[in-house]
Amino acid sequence: MSALTDDTLPITQHAMRDEMIVFALMAVLLAAVPFSGIYPFFVMQALCFALVACAFNLLIGYGGLLSFGHAMFLGTAGYCSAHALKVWGLEPTLGILVGTAAACLLAVITGYISIRRQGIYFSMITLALSQLLYFIYLQTPFTHGEDGIQGIPQGKMLGFLDLSKPTILYYVVMVGFLAGFLLIFRTINSPFGEVLKAIRENEPRAISLGYKTDQYKLLAFILSGTIAGFAGALKVFVAQNASLTDVHWSMSGEIVLMTLVGGLGTVFGPVVGAFVIIAMQQYLAGFGQWVTVIQGGIFVACVLLFRRGLVGEIAHLLKRSL
Amino acid sequence: MQALYAQLLVGLINGSFYALLSLGLAVIFGMLNIINFAHGALYMMGAFCAYFLLSLTGLGYWWALIVAPIVVGIFGMVLERTLLKWLTGLDHLYGLLLTFGIALIVQGVFQNYFGSSGLPYAIPDELKGGMNLGFMFLPVYRGWVVVFSLIVCIATWFLIEKTQLGAYLRAATENPTLVRAFGINVPRMITLTYGLGVGLAALAGVLSAPINQVRPLMGADLIIVVFAVVVIGGMGSIMGSIITGFALGVIEGLTKYFYPEASNTVVFVLMVLVLLVKPTGLTGRAA
Repeated sequence: MSALTDDTLPITQHAMRDEMIVFALMAVLLAAVPFSGIYPFFVMQALCFALVACAFNLLIGYGGLLSFGHAMFLGTAGYCSAHALKVWGLEPTLGILVGTAAACLLAVITGYISIRRQGIYFSMITLALSQLLYFIYLQTPFTHGEDGIQGIPQGKMLGFLDLSKPTILYYVVMVGFLAGFLLIFRTINSPFGEVLKAIRENEPRAISLGYKTDQYKLLAFILSGTIAGFAGALKVFVAQNASLTDVHWSMSGEIVLMTLVGGLGTVFGPVVGAFVIIAMQQYLAGFGQWVTVIQGGIFVACVLLFRRGLVGEIAHLLKRSL
Repeated sequence: MQALYAQLLVGLINGSFYALLSLGLAVIFGMLNIINFAHGALYMMGAFCAYFLLSLTGLGYWWALIVAPIVVGIFGMVLERTLLKWLTGLDHLYGLLLTFGIALIVQGVFQNYFGSSGLPYAIPDELKGGMNLGFMFLPVYRGWVVVFSLIVCIATWFLIEKTQLGAYLRAATENPTLVRAFGINVPRMITLTYGLGVGLAALAGVLSAPINQVRPLMGADLIIVVFAVVVIGGMGSIMGSIITGFALGVIEGLTKYFYPEASNTVVFVLMVLVLLVKPTGLTGRAA
């Protein structure tokens, strides 16, 4: 049985350096976006999804756990932040904090439940849990059901950053994304990340070496859920609404798709994948349900033809770790 | 009391769909090591097949009951031969992703042509009306669905547990290489197994067409509930899948009567409880 990411390149001495160079390049490119004439709303939206996909990738690419319910963190943080900002009138930083904390709490609970099974069962359990949350949000009054929470005030962050100005909002989202990305990057390259990879490769062996693998997996799950929630909280300022779409299973599927297109278990793959999928949705918006068909087609093509994903293929060509 | 019995009956009907679908999932998983995410979409295709048969060729319900599982089963076998067979030797999770993609394609195509609203499908004349059982009024069609599903489930159990073919199947699940060494064509058996599982889903689709209307997304939410059923029951035993399916349908029906707000979450909540108490599922072995 070959694991999902078993043909990733062996880590070379230059891996860390290569990845840092690409990261710096990415940061410069992102910082230049407001001067390039690219529609900033599109990039902000893509960045939020990119961070969710990176968080998802932390679980699948480094822990071997495929969560089919990551939309629940995105949606929960979105609803909680939106509620805190609109109804309680909290300051933006605190609003983000509320949403992220809610996602963290949810990750603790759902992680404790879902980590009990592995492989395919883990995916089914996370999917079922997110559907459970979907129905709860459909019925509780504070989410406003089908309407969602709309017209969320963007406010002034820390008293001087006026988030209703697109450029300022863009840089806030960008800094948030880069911070989240660096946290994941650091985690992957930490001793904790090494143990995660060991568990992915051979869990019984990791257990026999004395690692309490369940605790490592739970911690990875909590970290992943919290970061996904943080991205969901950021997204509230961009979209100015929080709705059921963000908790639906199809959203979880899109997160999986972004990561798959970019490359499972690659550092930059989820980011590339998120931009590709969001761009595709923008350009094909007029085609109605054919977008779903095309997404399904991409799933099939990725699984059958190029399992390494875009970044994975490039990394293989260059013989570098990306 | 009338309302309670009515909800119990609805529960039994949903339970028969859960049983038919989780049975198919378990059989497919045993042979192909794939969790068939497309199961809901193929269930929907079964219902549409019945609808097309009636509207295009005038063939009614009884024909649909035979033709739809065969047509959708063949479609499934084509999928297996052209797409799924390339997954051999890869991680289980790729099967989930591939069949998820197939589900998106199938549902998307149907949504394009038929929107999201339901198409009506009439109950056949022979099964119209109802019976007064003294304590409740039983619509004949609903009673038929429960009885017929039960028969199909038990027939499938018999086929797999008690016949020669079933013995080959179980052996191939345990050790395909060894079974091939005995001269049995395992790849063909895999294709047939997928066809069987898919056919059961299509049959459930035909049965549900007169009750739930024919909609492109009719299987999309259902499959997630069935996943929860599978997690609760485990996929190790055929009879386990059948019993869990029916039992959860009944529990859901009871919830609809006593606490309707929780009726669409109760199966998931039960899944959480089972995972906390017995992580391997009720009948399952450790995965």
